[in-house]
Amino acid sequence: MIDKVNQMTISELSEGLRTREFSAEELTRHSLQMIEQKEPELNAFITVTAERAIEDAKAADKRLATKAETNPLLGIPGALKDNVCTKGIRTTCASKTLENFVPPYSATVADRLADAGMVLLGKVNMDEFAMGQTSETSYFGATKNPRNTNRVPGGSSGGSAAAVAGDEAVFAIGSDTGGSILQPSAFCGVIGLRPSYGLVSRNGIVAFASSLDQAGPITRTVKDNALVLNAIAGHDPRDTTSLHVREPDYTVGITDGVKGLTFGLPTEFFGEGLAESIKDAVLDVAKKLESLGATIKEVSLPSLKFALPAYVLISSAEASSNLARFDGIHYGYRAEGAESLDDVYVKTRSEGFGAEVKRRLMLGTFALSSGYYDAYYKKAQQIRTLIGSEFKRVFASVSMLIAPVAPVTAWPLGQSITDPVQLYLNDIYTVPIGMAGLPALSLPVAKDEDGLPIGLQLIGNRFQERLLYRAGVSIEEVTR
Amino acid sequence: MSDYEAVIGLEVHIELHTKRKIFCFCEIKEDPAPNTQTCEVCTSMPGTLPVMNREVVEFAVKAGLAVGGTINHMSQMDRKNYFYPDLPKAYQISQNEHPIVSGGKVDIETEAGQKTIRLTRIHMEEDAGKLVHIEGEGTLVDCNRAGVPLIEIVSEPDIRSAEEAIAFLKKLRAIMVYTGITLARMQEGEMRCDVNLSVRKKGDKTLGTRTEMKNINSFAFVGKAIEGEFKRQVDVLEAGGTIIQETRRFDDKTGQSTSMRTKEDADDYRYFPDPDLVPIRLEDKEIEALKSEIPELPDARKARYIKDFDISAYDAERLTDERDMADYFEKAAKATTAPKTIANILISDMPNLQKDHPLPDPVKLAELADLQADGEINSSTAKKVLSALLETGVSPRQYVAEHDLLQINDEATLLPFVLEVLKERASVAEDYKAGKKKALQSLIGMVMQKTKGRANPVLIRTLLEDRLK
Ligand SMILES: [Zn+2]
Repeated sequence: MIDKVNQMTISELSEGLRTREFSAEELTRHSLQMIEQKEPELNAFITVTAERAIEDAKAADKRLATKAETNPLLGIPGALKDNVCTKGIRTTCASKTLENFVPPYSATVADRLADAGMVLLGKVNMDEFAMGQTSETSYFGATKNPRNTNRVPGGSSGGSAAAVAGDEAVFAIGSDTGGSILQPSAFCGVIGLRPSYGLVSRNGIVAFASSLDQAGPITRTVKDNALVLNAIAGHDPRDTTSLHVREPDYTVGITDGVKGLTFGLPTEFFGEGLAESIKDAVLDVAKKLESLGATIKEVSLPSLKFALPAYVLISSAEASSNLARFDGIHYGYRAEGAESLDDVYVKTRSEGFGAEVKRRLMLGTFALSSGYYDAYYKKAQQIRTLIGSEFKRVFASVSMLIAPVAPVTAWPLGQSITDPVQLYLNDIYTVPIGMAGLPALSLPVAKDEDGLPIGLQLIGNRFQERLLYRAGVSIEEVTR
Repeated sequence: MSDYEAVIGLEVHIELHTKRKIFCFCEIKEDPAPNTQTCEVCTSMPGTLPVMNREVVEFAVKAGLAVGGTINHMSQMDRKNYFYPDLPKAYQISQNEHPIVSGGKVDIETEAGQKTIRLTRIHMEEDAGKLVHIEGEGTLVDCNRAGVPLIEIVSEPDIRSAEEAIAFLKKLRAIMVYTGITLARMQEGEMRCDVNLSVRKKGDKTLGTRTEMKNINSFAFVGKAIEGEFKRQVDVLEAGGTIIQETRRFDDKTGQSTSMRTKEDADDYRYFPDPDLVPIRLEDKEIEALKSEIPELPDARKARYIKDFDISAYDAERLTDERDMADYFEKAAKATTAPKTIANILISDMPNLQKDHPLPDPVKLAELADLQADGEINSSTAKKVLSALLETGVSPRQYVAEHDLLQINDEATLLPFVLEVLKERASVAEDYKAGKKKALQSLIGMVMQKTKGRANPVLIRTLLEDRLK
């Protein structure tokens, strides 16, 4: 039985744990073995917490023995992106500057998963401070795509997606600012949800861009995803941007099918630059949905062409402020040999941050500078408002949007790191979602000519996660 | 010098006396050991988020209402970005574009008369930590103060002198303390002031280039700083120089200010709305409720005391400076028929005696005032009784009875003492008759001594004068 767990869903694993086909400890040891076996190549983990995992598993086995516990995550091994603070476990954000940072507190997401009985396998790799599309900017080395180890896993939650795709973890938590859950899920062929802004607490997740960041689950199946969301969603008094809007159970109605739903195909997501194979795959799914009784409708969001530059300005501006505390005095690496206070700051931050982070911090600092604020930051916020109202208009006539996640599939390692602008352009289909605070579900629907996963995303109106899961289950069925 | 006038605007930081810090749940204690009044939020651990303490908002609204400002229904917290070791996030959460209060005014009284100083705004912000320099160890950071709530009150440049500035600060402090939102203890740094000052020729309408002096924490130093900076700027202009826009550091030891940094190398704070904090919305209902909690303020009290208790404007001003004192005076004044006597005791006698004792029961003080005003005891006995009251809390009437201190007000009792003195000190009496008027005072003193201080001094005088005609 234990050799089949790699193919099993959370519900099946949970059933197996409850019927004592295997124990949480056995399941966990299996995961740790997978990690040991695959890590030398994948490098999905920054820190493996093997001892903690065994402890968690033993505790879960005790809870399972009482039979009163019904939480489906009890005893299930998972991983957290390394920007999710974990008490007593170092949390690096894949940066040299936080190489030795051990938080004295845990993120709300980590606490909620621990309460649900998750077994913590460790902390997974990412782009430094979640800035990047390939997980290559990590101070701890690049993660490789388990579907093809010559390819990038996407980013910034590349470690989360790779750990799940590589069968190291049953599920992982990622974080998404401009596509950091959606795109790596697509690249690695797993299911990723970027929740609506305000659904999941940001408390304890080291901020990149506060008005955009959301943590979300990456899983093997759509239903697994809903089960993990069940554990993490909901208002947190420690995050006043989190709202009292969660559904009691995100799995309710997810097998109801798509009959009667209207899917919008946004013209702007199918323009120049989109790989033919991806376009075909998404349109093919649309056709299949139609045959299941859904309505497909073309829609347009003309302001989307401004989304990327506005996103870059806003996210960089917020990052320049959020990352200022890594000054070598309060937090983070401190450079040796500084001769003055200014010198401490300059040397520390020059040495502590990688190139991509520094590029964005400089850009963001500039965008907020006196004399440029109105032209850049303020204008970008206006565009953001405009994008939000366009989405709102579209959602008056469609249940959700169906679109590609990225214009291309996973590209070779080392290829893109030299051209940041080209790299940013790969985010065009995911940044508008964060800008409007919307939820989106990324799921693999086909393979391209190189055998690499092709991702499709369902974009919903705010807090319509359950509807996305419902359509996601149907798509899962028709593309199996 | 006299051709010039100073144009002064003040930025006053006042610590709000809330139970907890502005963005976390740390309780604010008196004199905590370094870094014991901290948590992961106020030390700005990566990943932490601020949560607005609603009590801070309410206090800021009260501050605005107390000075007649407009309470904004929507206000926003902004980030003020700069690097300094006492600032753990490397930004301070403050308000820039949308402060909680706009406008307002403070009426002041100086020798020149009444004047209104307009306010620009009041905004909320967090205090930074404190740097502690320890010989041999270097500089350490204490985050106890980080996240202590402050309001900054910004005045229009309506102030023209050190005297006006001090009057403004005193009145502002009194108003805020009355409102109950702050203790504003200057020596604890709970009220600090930045001075913006420029000079111009009297009659000029345009403003000169201003300088800013930061973090001055006493009224006297504000006065000194203004006088010094006014003179410095006038001297520069008179010598044909120009004023540079700069921040200056006032040294309270030397009374001088020195240049800290000029506009060119001033920080660009890169303000932007803090995305971690949702905008603060206030309903009329809520504002009205807070308005009803604002007590009678110093100016209103002063006017009422003059009217109800018939005391002088000067006395009323001094009694309403501090809310505790005003409350005390009022309790005592209401229990007596002689509020003026209460005012005298509180202003003249009490400050010398009260150092080591708390204020006595106001009803007992009223009893003492009644005894004195009704002539049942004289003023020197009154002082004695006051001391006893402060030390033991004894009832004045009881004390007077027990110590047989009632004033001798009848001729029949007093006359034998007078005659005795005149007999014993015949030579002094002769001096008086010979025109040495001072001698009478000494005779009065002798009679007083014989009566153990109980005699009515006016009656002694009358009796003596009659006998020495
Ligand atoms: Zn705190």
